[in-house]
Amino acid sequence: MVEESVRVVRCGGSRLNFRRAVFSADSKYIFCVSGDFVKVYSSATEECVHVLHGHEDVVSGILLNPNNHLQLFSCSFDGTIKLWDYLDGILIKTFRVGPKLHAIFIPARAEDSVFLTISKEEPDIFQLVSVKLPKSSSQDVEARELSFVLDYVNRSPKCIAFGNEGEYIAAVRDFYLSVYFLKKKKTCNFTLPSTKNKKNAKNKFTCVACHPKEDCIASGHMDGKIRLWRNFHDDKKYTYTCLHWHHDMVMDLAFTVTGTSLLSGGRECVLVEWREGSEKNKEFLPRLGSTIEHISVSPAGDLFCTSHSDNKITVIHRNLSASAVIQGLVKDRSISTGLMVDPRTKALVLNGKPGHLQFYSLQGDKQLYNLDIIQQEYINDDGLIQIELVKAAFGCSGTWLATVEQRQENKSELELQMKLWTYSKKTQGFALNTKITMPHDDHITALCFNNAENYEKPILVTASRDGHFKVWALVDDSDIYKKAIGWTCDFVGSYHKYQATNCCFSEDGSLLAVSFEEIVTIWDSETWELKCTFCQRAGKIRHLCFGRLTCSKYLLATTHNGILCCWNLLSCSMQWSAKLNVSVLEPDPYSDYVAAVSRSTAGSDLFVFKPSEPRPLYIQKNVSREEVQWGVFVPRDVPGSFTSEAHQWLNRSQFYFLTKSQCLLTFSTKSPEEKLTPTSKQLLAEESLPTTPFSLILGKHRQQQEARLNGTSENELIQLPLTENIPAINELLHTPAHVLPSASFLCSLFINSLLLSKETKSSEEIPDDVDMEDKEESDSSDEEKDFTEKAQETNNTDLGEDVIHQLSKSEEKELRKFRKVDYSWLTAL
Amino acid sequence: MGEFKVHRVRFFNYVPSGIRCVAYNNQSNRLAVSRTDGTVEIYNLSANYFQEKFFPGHESRATEALCWAEGQRLFSAGLNGEILEYDLQALNIKYALDAFGGPIWSMAASPSGSQLVVGCEDGSVKLFEVTPEKIQFARNFDRQKSRILSLSWHPAGTHIAAGSIDYISVFDVKSGSIIRKMVLDRQHLGVTKSRCIVWGVAFLSDGTVISVDSVGKVQLWDSATGTLVKSHLIANADVQSIAVADQEDSFVVGTAEGTVFHFQLVSVTSSSSEKQWVRTKPFQHHTHDVRTVAHSPTALISGGTDTHLVIRPLMEKVEVKNYDAALRKITFPHRRLISCSKRRQLLLFQFAHHLELWRLGSTLATGKNGDTLPLSKNADHLLHLKTKGPENIICSCVSQCGSWIAYSTASRFFLYRLKYEHDNISLQRVSKMPAFLQSAVHILFSEDSRKLFVASNQGSLHILHLLEGSFKHLHTFQPQSGTVEAMCLLAVSPDGNWLAASGTSAGVHVYDLNHLKLHCTVPAYNFPVTALAIAPNTNNLVIAHSDQQVFEFSIPDKQYTDWSRAVQKQGFHQLWLQRDTPITHISFHPKRPMHILLHDAYMFCIIDKALPLPNDKTVLYNPLPPKNESDVFLRRTAHAFKISKIYKPLLFMDLLDERTLVAVERPLDDIIAQLPPPIKKKKFGT
Repeated sequence: MVEESVRVVRCGGSRLNFRRAVFSADSKYIFCVSGDFVKVYSSATEECVHVLHGHEDVVSGILLNPNNHLQLFSCSFDGTIKLWDYLDGILIKTFRVGPKLHAIFIPARAEDSVFLTISKEEPDIFQLVSVKLPKSSSQDVEARELSFVLDYVNRSPKCIAFGNEGEYIAAVRDFYLSVYFLKKKKTCNFTLPSTKNKKNAKNKFTCVACHPKEDCIASGHMDGKIRLWRNFHDDKKYTYTCLHWHHDMVMDLAFTVTGTSLLSGGRECVLVEWREGSEKNKEFLPRLGSTIEHISVSPAGDLFCTSHSDNKITVIHRNLSASAVIQGLVKDRSISTGLMVDPRTKALVLNGKPGHLQFYSLQGDKQLYNLDIIQQEYINDDGLIQIELVKAAFGCSGTWLATVEQRQENKSELELQMKLWTYSKKTQGFALNTKITMPHDDHITALCFNNAENYEKPILVTASRDGHFKVWALVDDSDIYKKAIGWTCDFVGSYHKYQATNCCFSEDGSLLAVSFEEIVTIWDSETWELKCTFCQRAGKIRHLCFGRLTCSKYLLATTHNGILCCWNLLSCSMQWSAKLNVSVLEPDPYSDYVAAVSRSTAGSDLFVFKPSEPRPLYIQKNVSREEVQWGVFVPRDVPGSFTSEAHQWLNRSQFYFLTKSQCLLTFSTKSPEEKLTPTSKQLLAEESLPTTPFSLILGKHRQQQEARLNGTSENELIQLPLTENIPAINELLHTPAHVLPSASFLCSLFINSLLLSKETKSSEEIPDDVDMEDKEESDSSDEEKDFTEKAQETNNTDLGEDVIHQLSKSEEKELRKFRKVDYSWLTAL
Repeated sequence: MGEFKVHRVRFFNYVPSGIRCVAYNNQSNRLAVSRTDGTVEIYNLSANYFQEKFFPGHESRATEALCWAEGQRLFSAGLNGEILEYDLQALNIKYALDAFGGPIWSMAASPSGSQLVVGCEDGSVKLFEVTPEKIQFARNFDRQKSRILSLSWHPAGTHIAAGSIDYISVFDVKSGSIIRKMVLDRQHLGVTKSRCIVWGVAFLSDGTVISVDSVGKVQLWDSATGTLVKSHLIANADVQSIAVADQEDSFVVGTAEGTVFHFQLVSVTSSSSEKQWVRTKPFQHHTHDVRTVAHSPTALISGGTDTHLVIRPLMEKVEVKNYDAALRKITFPHRRLISCSKRRQLLLFQFAHHLELWRLGSTLATGKNGDTLPLSKNADHLLHLKTKGPENIICSCVSQCGSWIAYSTASRFFLYRLKYEHDNISLQRVSKMPAFLQSAVHILFSEDSRKLFVASNQGSLHILHLLEGSFKHLHTFQPQSGTVEAMCLLAVSPDGNWLAASGTSAGVHVYDLNHLKLHCTVPAYNFPVTALAIAPNTNNLVIAHSDQQVFEFSIPDKQYTDWSRAVQKQGFHQLWLQRDTPITHISFHPKRPMHILLHDAYMFCIIDKALPLPNDKTVLYNPLPPKNESDVFLRRTAHAFKISKIYKPLLFMDLLDERTLVAVERPLDDIIAQLPPPIKKKKFGT
């Protein structure tokens, strides 16, 4: 394999709630922005169907093409508008506009012009401009003719709305509502009182929405009021109604398709439906989990969706019942547990929603599940001191999970709780086993399990600022009522009343290293005897870890004043030390490599080394401009095959790290082109109509009709549904016409696919099918895979007989019928 | 400005009675307001909302409906079953007519004004013809099962909508038969109430009937088909009143929660002609039930149990942003309820059915400017004088010496002689009042307490000479030929030579008391007089009008003084003219002839005629001048108007002696505390 350069790539976990999600016309799909990509989710199954790659910067707006509802517009900070075929995930066109685009709007009646929010030269001043999209057949089109529409608009697309099929634009900013009438080119401005007292200061506009049928503008405000503006054609005669339920700012507003209801949401985590704009007639969908940031309504009117601050999209039925949740990586809180890998699912584990531990699948870029650790109702209120989940650790290959939560009202009052969870195979989840209140008298600084395989009894060690480390052991807790096991304190160790700052077990579990400020102590894990101490007097220990595999005789430590030390445990002496301000020190559990991320003024640098030698094997300067907070090695499913010394560390595991702004990054060797190839070969499910009662009736009617038509010839009926399983036909039918090869080329393929005989081993078909198989990759559906396997088998002449033997008699019968069918009509095509 | 010792009186336990009905008259731009004690007040909206007339209440006359008919004739109907017409000139009740249908709940005048309908307790709707002199019963409509609570005429005068309990009926005026019956839903937020009271109906020219009811709904009905068109649930409590604008493009409703909602007819889209009624702005100016609302072309008027009359201008209808564009809240009557005996330091408080006489407290302590002095002797409640009969007191007065008290109800005049023996008071009624002294609009004692001046509601002025325990009729000034307009305000000069009297509209007449003849008439002015006083020594008559103009008229010279001319030439300060309560009292400092003391409900002002007048650039409301500032600065900024806003709401303020002031305040919180509790609402309305 050719060695490629290793790059830092963003690996999912980007904000799904950055902009309003968009529904497809039939409500089957939900589109949402996700960093540089646009993701297409199925609204029914919550699965990601496509990822639309192509933008080079954050996507800032998406919109269905009003003239063709099978196409999607997207705009990005990279200054381009792209038009996608979302069913196939194909980029159709790119319009290069130039400046950074913040939002895109297309009124219903606009022929070919789109409205964009761009920033002027000065920062924080935004303009709404319109651009005519040239009708050109080329894929890459320049569209630089901007015509100015409105000045001083808010950057957020929530603050601009188009009403009455694009007759007017409502834009809000601070205390102003401006209504711009496109035909008359007239602007009406309405101002709310802004000064004098505190009450008025909360009059600020936060969002705006326009009624789809009537001349009515709804605006949301900081104080939780919603104003419905009418008669805004006249500067004087305008009038508005107030709707007030929210106690905090209104985050977003949306009218339903018919305009009979208005939806609003905010920090209360409640979706409010105002029926007929009346204050008394409202419905609620409470307990949505976190702040509602965006609300969108499907064009068909049957679904709503809300985007939440915890990177979640909730799909809601028209009758206000949540039907699906699309959850990304929760990022709205500080990560105090660090990054962990669940040994069972290989999922990334970290703080999620308040009081929860989230299990996040790196491959699928979605949350697997949330584990409620604190198990208390979260009250969303400013200034309320919450219980926080601060530490977590997995033990015994994922059988045990230890968590620590704390709440500190003031300095003297600390509430601590340690919980131990056991994995229940029956429920496939963690269940609470032991709850220990106040395991220590002060903050717990570290906790670790003895993960060695040769130990039957799991052991947990906690280190605390109160100067002790405690060893917790699993004991029999059975009583006359039930058999049970529980955790109890086995040993308490301390060293000269120093604060214990770190602890870690050696790989074989025989040694425990605990750092007490500047001193590292080594304990025998059998007898809990202090074996030896290391003291460098170089500053307090920040990280502590043992080497793995061949390097298990080494102990690594970093200090607060920027020294990385390595001790040899056999000789009890310092092996080497280096001056490096390490912020993350992470050993790979599956190899003997250790990754260290150091912090410098320019950014963060990565060093990979083996503890046995003080020479870094791999250095990547400036992996991120920000501080790297946490890192973790995640084992690869398929080991890589890097041969060069510098890249060998990537073979077994992949290193993921999290920066201060909560960007999840990793190292990849794939070239960007490879990553960005549109996966056009992924064929979508057939576009059959949804099964409505009407379609059922219609289907029945048709069946009867067909039955009557066929009458006696039923026996000779060609089984039409069978063709659906033939990939060649599928491909022919589902691939967009403009990417298909010429019909003459396809014809023979098509005919051959319909034939079923020993002639299949024609020289032409074999390469075709092989090619097809390559294209299908692992993503194609199981059904199709099965078939290609079969096809391969049939292609193989040696196995051909066996396959036929496998067929049942009835199938054979049918196959014979096939041969009788006259295909002469095909020649006429 | 000078330093004063101020008696800050807060024991005037006055509670205005709640407002029951308001009726707006478009022709004269006047507003009639009736209160729960039967008082009817007339406000002139053109004259800065001045309360220019009032009819005293009566215990048995609970007004339930008020309407203007035939131009400017005012009718009321109440639970005693009578229909009353008020004489707006003579300020008395012209006649009362029993409708013979039990208590009357509602009344409406036809659009032409020539007919009246009343809705009675027994379910009958009676039609009356308005004749030039009286009203005459014409016909009964189809009798309904329950009381008729609301009535509304179709603008064409052909149909009448009547709101009853649980249903609305539509009558044909010609035949008097019921042609449509619309039954209301008793459901309220899922709970079925025992009944649904239709508190108000309004008939629009397109046949739409708007109803407001006790389940909190505003409903629009099509009277042609009898179907419900649209329903707005706006309150958890009753919606009690409705008023529609003449253009029928907006209406206003008042709820028992104190909220007033404005509904507007707005077009659905700019291009289409389709229009819909939309609830627009809610106004929460009341704490209690809004019993009544009115819709003038430029303002929404509402009143209720919390006794405030609120006039909320519609911003879109106001052309220029001026005085009329401000919200008005009228709580206190625009006349004096308090009189003061300077010599004995007595205050006489007038209530609806009794009088209270208090002696002011005194202190021996001294203190710095702004200090609160402790009382060495508390204020004394000397006398509680209850009236006989059901009628309310119109006016009252205590003489300067404190030995005479006079008051009047609508039918009787009372005069009492007070005798002080140490701490005891003896009260003696002066009997055998002459027949012509029946009802007085204003009573005034002369400075030396030897003469009593009574303005009767017939327009005449009576002068009585008071003797020890009896009196002698001296003279009667008959009204100008042909007019019967009552005199509302009197002022007598301290030397007892001149008497000034002013009516509701015409100018101020000055009478020479020595020669008992009319001396002169001050030229008429467009706005009614709100206060009158004659200065000592100079005999200058100071007149305050409802537009905040103050004139000074020299009686001996029969012309305006130079100062007054100078003021008129320069004009008053803009902020002075924008004050929204009338000046109710004027007095003079005995030692400083250049000073005029006057006050309205929210400020007390001393006009120093020696100082230059403020122009629009100077600051009118100067706080207490900073002491350490140089004298030059003070002199530059000093102007004639010294205003103090410490005391509010100020009902009365007068000078007891050179260094002592008495100020009677009535804090609004104290009034609210005495009202029945409002409907309880949870904080978030859930």
